[in-house]
Amino acid sequence: MSRTLLQRARRAAFASVLERLQKLGCLQNTTRTYASSSKEITVREALNTALYEEMAADPKVFLIGEEVGEYQGAYKISKGLLEKYGPERVIDTPITEAGFTGIAVGAAYKELRPVVEFMTFNFSMQAIDHIINSAAKSNYMSAGQLTVPIVFRGPNGAAAGVGAQHSQCYAAWYGSCPGLKVLSPYSSEDARGLLKAAIRDPDPVVFLENELLYGESFPVSDEVLDSNFVLPIGKAKIERLGKDVTITAYSKMVGYALKAAEILEKDRISAEVINLRSIRPLDRATINESVRKTNRLVTVEEGFPQHGVGAEICASIVEESFEYLDAPVERIAGADIPMPYAANLERLAVPQIEDIVRAAKRTCYRSVP
Amino acid sequence: MSLSHLTRRRTLTTPTLLTPLLTRHLSTSDSLTIETSVPFTSHNIDPPSRSVTTTASELLSFFRTMALMRRAEIAADSLYKAKLIRGFCHLYDGQEAVAVGMESAITRSDSIITAYRDHCIFLARGGTLLETFAELMGRRGGCSRGKGGSMHFYRKEGGFYGGHGIVGAQVPLGCGIAFAQKYLKEESVTFALYGDGAANQGQLFEALNMAALWDLPAILVCENNHYGMGTAEWRAAKSPAYYKRGDYVPGLKVDGMDVLAVKQASKFAKEHVLKNGPIILEMDTYRYHGHSMSDPGSTYRTRDEISGIRQERDPVERVRKLILAHDLATEKELKDVEKEVRKEVDDAIAQAKESPLPDTSELFTNIYVKGLGTEAFGADRKELRAVLP
Repeated sequence: MSRTLLQRARRAAFASVLERLQKLGCLQNTTRTYASSSKEITVREALNTALYEEMAADPKVFLIGEEVGEYQGAYKISKGLLEKYGPERVIDTPITEAGFTGIAVGAAYKELRPVVEFMTFNFSMQAIDHIINSAAKSNYMSAGQLTVPIVFRGPNGAAAGVGAQHSQCYAAWYGSCPGLKVLSPYSSEDARGLLKAAIRDPDPVVFLENELLYGESFPVSDEVLDSNFVLPIGKAKIERLGKDVTITAYSKMVGYALKAAEILEKDRISAEVINLRSIRPLDRATINESVRKTNRLVTVEEGFPQHGVGAEICASIVEESFEYLDAPVERIAGADIPMPYAANLERLAVPQIEDIVRAAKRTCYRSVP
Repeated sequence: MSLSHLTRRRTLTTPTLLTPLLTRHLSTSDSLTIETSVPFTSHNIDPPSRSVTTTASELLSFFRTMALMRRAEIAADSLYKAKLIRGFCHLYDGQEAVAVGMESAITRSDSIITAYRDHCIFLARGGTLLETFAELMGRRGGCSRGKGGSMHFYRKEGGFYGGHGIVGAQVPLGCGIAFAQKYLKEESVTFALYGDGAANQGQLFEALNMAALWDLPAILVCENNHYGMGTAEWRAAKSPAYYKRGDYVPGLKVDGMDVLAVKQASKFAKEHVLKNGPIILEMDTYRYHGHSMSDPGSTYRTRDEISGIRQERDPVERVRKLILAHDLATEKELKDVEKEVRKEVDDAIAQAKESPLPDTSELFTNIYVKGLGTEAFGADRKELRAVLP
């Protein structure tokens, strides 16, 4: 009952947003109209259907990782795939990341299209030599003879109470590496479109999901549900238009940034929220264009602050749009500490909505620094 | 080393000494059966026979190819000392029989992957001398257009997947290529080469476990030259019986200085893995040079040891003796082959020297297959940037 009310309320909200956007006269890079859709799917369903469709479309695509087959996926992302495609294409591995990642990269050398699942990206560190040295650099070192159409995917960043060794965000590490593409979806539309694009892409792609987003539902249009739906790699999405401050975020933090924007709206600060979608290539053009309009920037990420994604974005703005800044760039990031377990400490170690709000107000000189 | 148990079938077309080597018509029925220098030692498998069938023309081509490889590596040594080759340069002289014997047992649909001591494998897989020297000197005409260097030679069309600088990484990669061969139902196999140093790598055992679980057509070839850089095998491995280290995976120990033994073992291995999953071949071989050009190779081994091997087990000399013992060519003819090969190498070097350095635009090529119009930057991003197509 309340679900229908919620749907109607959402539709009304979207309709009014659409109206305002049309009045503003700019619909580039904005939310697609969802007025005609009433379907919602979880991020999990989005990833699952994307894998399902891409495996149907290309017999060279196969999934390899721990528990992806008979267990139906540690997080059930690969549910039903073993039954549909069989053990030759959905491969359960022993707990040997270095070995199976190397095997997958070798298979990609021979023109198969592996999708490697890391149970979490923390375990990818055991295989990072293959991701960087065997996959990312091979095209260059071989002057084009060896290309590596591989996707490395799995949950990234903090979950809930999993402690220091299971909570790191790897966006900055992988994002710095030439030869890799690094994507991080937020919504179900992102998850579907970016995963399909990643699997179709001829280069190695690191696909950073988020465990806590798997169960979240998002509305999707018929277009998103089409089996040929892809999103462009390297393009950010403006989730919410604004004019006073730009807030960049990726993955789970996009949701937080959107909530922060709603709170800021009440204080008459209009925040523009950019969902990066792509860590590498980074959509510097969209970010700079936005900051040139708003003159203020808050970067948000879950990962460690030093040498993080926000640091790169800040540098890009300073290099390309220095004169447009009316305030120093603010970075909101995970705390500079290994992730603690206790709930109160964990809460302090990860960005919260109030942190984003506070930082945005600082850029507007509306709060004490 | 005695050359006993030699047999030969006489036919009407048995070549005479008067016929010039290059124009001599060698009948394909002119086959020979030769025994390997030592029998094969095996682990969990019945070894192949010591008797190897070959032909006169095959032996002559073995000689020529190995002499060419020998000459090429020695020339690379000189180029390195003349500072025309920079960085790392790992030479293969002494180990030629492994590259040549393996190649003679397989086709170009089979795949080979190795580590950084890759020049001769590249040549065996159809690479040219010009591409070799140009790549070593970082020129446009190199097999990787100058962007790889000594450790990153590739020839995908010839089934050669490189050329890898991280010790041990090539073994899981090779098992992955074998995985793809099985997935695509290709009836071909992959030889993943590694050294006695790499034999202790964990990822090797991870990959071997999976290869055995999934019956992959992977042949792991340990080129045991007895030294992992400066560390002798007995200092690095509790068990230097590398052919046994696969445990449930069968293994064969092969005299890696005997090209016919390598050929026999490779043929045997290929037949085995197509039906039964992985096998390990340990090639007992030796490198005359140090680990690389920055290693004299004499601080951890004696000069007597090196010269002893050269006297007793040199792979090129062994084939020369076989050819002479069977009257397949005269000493002079073989010397002429060596002169020819030397000239070929010198000509290739001269040509490679003419090849220009890569264009600066190559800085930004092959980063991605699909660049999506993104930007890449030089050291000063305001000075040097490119849009990747």
